[in-house]
Amino acid sequence: MPAPRILYCHCQYAQVLPKEVKDAVLKSLCESGAEFEAVADLCELSARRDPLLKELAAGGPLKIAACFPRAVKWLFAAAASPLDAAATQICNLRVESAEAAVAALLDPSLSPNLPSGTNAPQK
Amino acid sequence: MALSESTLRVALYEGTGAKSLSHEKRFETLKQLLAQGCSVRRAADPGDIAVWIGDFESGGGSVEHTCIPVAQEGLSEAVEASRKAASAAPAGQWKPWFPVIDYDRCTNCMQCLSFCLFGVYGVDSDRKLQVQNQDNCKTNCPACSRVCPEAAILFPKYKAGPINGDVVSDADLEREKMKVDISALLGGDVYSLLRERTAKAQSRFSKERDADKALAERQKCLTKLAALSADIPPEVLASLPSPEEIARRAQEAAAKARAALAPEN
Repeated sequence: MPAPRILYCHCQYAQVLPKEVKDAVLKSLCESGAEFEAVADLCELSARRDPLLKELAAGGPLKIAACFPRAVKWLFAAAASPLDAAATQICNLRVESAEAAVAALLDPSLSPNLPSGTNAPQK
Repeated sequence: MALSESTLRVALYEGTGAKSLSHEKRFETLKQLLAQGCSVRRAADPGDIAVWIGDFESGGGSVEHTCIPVAQEGLSEAVEASRKAASAAPAGQWKPWFPVIDYDRCTNCMQCLSFCLFGVYGVDSDRKLQVQNQDNCKTNCPACSRVCPEAAILFPKYKAGPINGDVVSDADLEREKMKVDISALLGGDVYSLLRERTAKAQSRFSKERDADKALAERQKCLTKLAALSADIPPEVLASLPSPEEIARRAQEAAAKARAALAPEN
């Protein structure tokens, strides 16, 4: 299995992600030397059905730094770009610390955590 | 309906022919590009991305892509020029507030479609609920999510769960039911009967409530929502259409819901 790609959402148009967390995550990604994709706002890409979402969803293992897994899952689905549940791990910057999120993003192993069904637990 | 333009995609390039950036420069440049609404790939191989930003050793561009020097004073202006050339979406010119449906939870009951006065919802060719006019949604108004009996409507920018996408607990479902029993407000069990697709249900729904009743129901519902959840913005309530328009839209929504739920011939 190829190494997971990293997608970082800056949640540019709302203040729902703690600024210190998202800045710390972005800074750590920059310092790590890792390759990654950064988007201004996943919600915007979903609203625009941006082709980048399809490319990301279809491109193999993916780690996403954004918000709640349920929201991320359905934002991609709304753009006709459903995520592969077996190949997607979400780091929730609304609740996780920057340190935990960065460690998860840079870990070469993948821990899929997309919710499925009505009451599936989310990590 | 989705917005038609894509975001501007750029590469922060540090491969062959360009110098590596310092951590600080990389971070500051990325933040600036994100603030300008760009999607940025930081990779040695930018693939087919047409706009590359970096500290280029030879400067200039090529036939295949445009190179923008990262140190350039006018980086922001150069990015804007590339955006125009690519006919990409202008930064910030979209509304970061629209509903997203959790189809793991949605039962296609059409209560949101019936309730929304702004025509946000519709159905696809398979008569499945979908968000069709997201731009019609009223900023910061989560009313349709409040009336959803399954907590299936998300607003990712909302402050609290489960509307923001957080896990839906049994307690959440009970709380939602206590806040607004939209089913009762909209005429008891008419929707569940419709879902059963019985002849009785069709007959009952065909006796459509009159316009005055439809208006009264929605006013009652909105007032109750505003009082109980305190998160329906006053400007939303103030910007509601005229009573006549509400009645007309309510009839339209009811017709849409009826068509979506009726048995197929």
